[in-house]
Amino acid sequence: MSEEQEKNYLDNGEGFRSWFFTVDHKRIGVMYLWAIGVFFIVAAIASFLLRAEHLTPGPTIVNADTYNVLFTLHGSMMVFLFIVPGVAASFGNFLIPLMIGAKDVIFPKLNLYSFWLYLAGALIFMLALAAPADTGWTFYTPYSIETGANVILITFGVFVLGFSSILTGINFIVTMHKLRAPGMTWDRLPLFCWAAYATSLLQVLATPVVGITLLLLIGERYFGLGFFDPAKGGDPVMFQHFFWFYSHPAVYIMILPAMGIVSEIMPVFARKPIFGYKAIAYASLAIALISFLVWGHHMFVSGQSKLVNIIFSVITYAVAVPTAIKVFNWLWTLYKGSIELSTAMLYSLAFIFLFTIGGLTGLFLGALAADVHLHDTYFVVAHMHYVMIGGTVFGFFAALHFWYPKMWGRMFDEFKAKIAFVLIFIGFNVAFFPQFIMGTLGMPRRYFNYAPEFQSLHVVSTYGTWIIGIGFILMLWNLMRPLPGKAPANPYNSLSLEWSMDSPPGTFNFDDIPTVTEPVYNYGTKIEEGA
Amino acid sequence: MKWLPESASTFAPGVDLILWLVTIISVISCVLIAFLLIYFVIKYRRKTENDQTPAITHDSFLETLWTVIPTILCIVIFIYGYVYYDQYTVTPKNAVEVNVTAKQWLWSFDYSNGKKTLNELYVPVDQPIRLVMQSDDVLHSFFVPAFRVKQDVMGNRYTYINFTATKEGVYDLYCTEYCGTAHSDMLGKVHVLSKAKFASWQDGSADKVKKASAASIPPAELGKQLYSNKGCLACHSIDGANGVGPSWKGLFAKNRVFTDGASAIADENYIKESILYPGEKMVEGYGPVMPSYKGLLDDDEITAIIEYIKTLK
Repeated sequence: MSEEQEKNYLDNGEGFRSWFFTVDHKRIGVMYLWAIGVFFIVAAIASFLLRAEHLTPGPTIVNADTYNVLFTLHGSMMVFLFIVPGVAASFGNFLIPLMIGAKDVIFPKLNLYSFWLYLAGALIFMLALAAPADTGWTFYTPYSIETGANVILITFGVFVLGFSSILTGINFIVTMHKLRAPGMTWDRLPLFCWAAYATSLLQVLATPVVGITLLLLIGERYFGLGFFDPAKGGDPVMFQHFFWFYSHPAVYIMILPAMGIVSEIMPVFARKPIFGYKAIAYASLAIALISFLVWGHHMFVSGQSKLVNIIFSVITYAVAVPTAIKVFNWLWTLYKGSIELSTAMLYSLAFIFLFTIGGLTGLFLGALAADVHLHDTYFVVAHMHYVMIGGTVFGFFAALHFWYPKMWGRMFDEFKAKIAFVLIFIGFNVAFFPQFIMGTLGMPRRYFNYAPEFQSLHVVSTYGTWIIGIGFILMLWNLMRPLPGKAPANPYNSLSLEWSMDSPPGTFNFDDIPTVTEPVYNYGTKIEEGA
Repeated sequence: MKWLPESASTFAPGVDLILWLVTIISVISCVLIAFLLIYFVIKYRRKTENDQTPAITHDSFLETLWTVIPTILCIVIFIYGYVYYDQYTVTPKNAVEVNVTAKQWLWSFDYSNGKKTLNELYVPVDQPIRLVMQSDDVLHSFFVPAFRVKQDVMGNRYTYINFTATKEGVYDLYCTEYCGTAHSDMLGKVHVLSKAKFASWQDGSADKVKKASAASIPPAELGKQLYSNKGCLACHSIDGANGVGPSWKGLFAKNRVFTDGASAIADENYIKESILYPGEKMVEGYGPVMPSYKGLLDDDEITAIIEYIKTLK
């Protein structure tokens, strides 16, 4: 390193203005992290209330209308304010330039503007809480047209958030095309970047559709235009097509970055090259592409034609295969490795296990006859949470721990972090596994009251959320209290570029742009093929 | 542990077969992956900082294996899903039609002989039934777990469900498309009767028997049963809580103020009128959402409901 005098990015400027007007991708990433963290906690509190409500079959702590508002709030905040922008915008911003050997993203001001749009969208979303929507995060028509709640404001918030996503996506794509360091060829690009690239493609191509759909919804509510309301000659199923045309790819916007994170962490703590680098990279792109063609599997019982159902069922199974390939590749990265069970590694291994359950239960839902029974039951709720928490959130927590030294320049207490992991892992399974059984037994989702026969399963599920809550508080408390002393530049002996500079990095990342000469996961000793 | 509901239609065994098939595939895959995960972690745990590891980057055989096997399994599951779905969507020639209307928050059923029921569907056993469904307002979804059938119901076109019940009994009917405040109270029952019992239900002789048994219980008790069977509970609370409609607690003999400014005492005649012509005297603060119960409740049943309301002080 050159002069010790160069300030790291956290110390370079103090006060509100130095953050709010920064164009440093790392600071913007950190600001996203704080913002999504706050919304994650608010949305999680809503879920604890929802679960507490289900301790008894009848009214427990809230009334039916409040319950409906709570699940709408929980779903829409988790989706639009946390998980869609979440990992991509926070860790994507922080890591992509560091990983490809660049001093910043290619459009730093656009990057800041995207963050402001995110805040504006979130603010509009918050204003809508004056008369909170009770439509569910899916805003299905015609209920969303007829309800007295403030649907216009909340959907307008989502519309603005969409622009933030699109601009971030464009920024990342161009950055990866133009700013890769010399020698950083596409087949040396870290898999997190591949995942972020696939995610960005989805954001740029799919988000406009939900924007248009929500505008049509606003037009329908505000000007009485008849797009979706049967009473005005519209078609409610068309809304579902539009909505899922975005929201299914959005599922992969949510999960792909987490897959990227796990692909980064596994090789480091197994001291092995990632198994099947090309397969994972291409699987990311294949998943992104196919994900545009499966939206109809959310609508098997919506009244769309039988032929369409059959076609969507076939394509849905086509997306299962690249996903399965990824799981086996991660698994085989462990084979003959030198495995260190750090906290980040534990979250990654849990990701593989839980995501496998999430993926396998998708096989039930893709089968037409089975989906007729399971659609809109707790089975879907459980499946979705296994993918979104067991997948994305566990990946997100893995990233929080893995890049913690780089991001904050300090180390954390691994032991406490591991206890928190164990609590979250156990709590998660206790909370959500019973929901699969409730679903196959026929418990419908979004039910305020429920039949008494489901009470024991509901109660177990609620206890599970309490265990998660304790674990999460412990995790957060631990991360808020870093160990004394500065973190080393490369505490894990990682070979990727983001560990090659000081922790935390200086404002411009690299004093000199590095030249890359070898594959990114070049761990282990070369041996003859098949030896 | 019981993880599937009772199986009571010709479609249910096919669905259960798929559920079992995919469960077995899932459990085997999951155990395999969990086993390898734990085995590798234990066997290859880091012993020293300088452990030598082989730089294995890929293996064509393994990768082909774990591409081909999931592909085959997916094709098999798809085919099973398709075959049973295909059977379910084809309407048998001798199917008997029942018209279904969904409305926030009740189900009404119209039979070919002119009979009409609320929240309770009566069908004969072993007889193919075709439900022709529509909604009066927002989306709903007709779901009977015991039959494994589900279909969304909407306002601009008809949707259909075919089923043949195979076992006599009473089965739960749920609304599974979120439809607002009382979504989770939009419940019904499907009564599967023997051919003989269905015939007597159809010609009305069963009503007389039912009435005779109804006569043997106190009216307020009967009113309480009707409160939950006829869907009143979806909108009217009995504990004073504000719902979509006014609470029944303390309703009787109370002064009611209407949207047009007039007022009246809630006596027997007012309540009867409100049940039969709910749009006539709208209490202030409530919308015109209640359907007329004309033809759905007879005079004795209305009297029973009034008696029940009187008990809710």
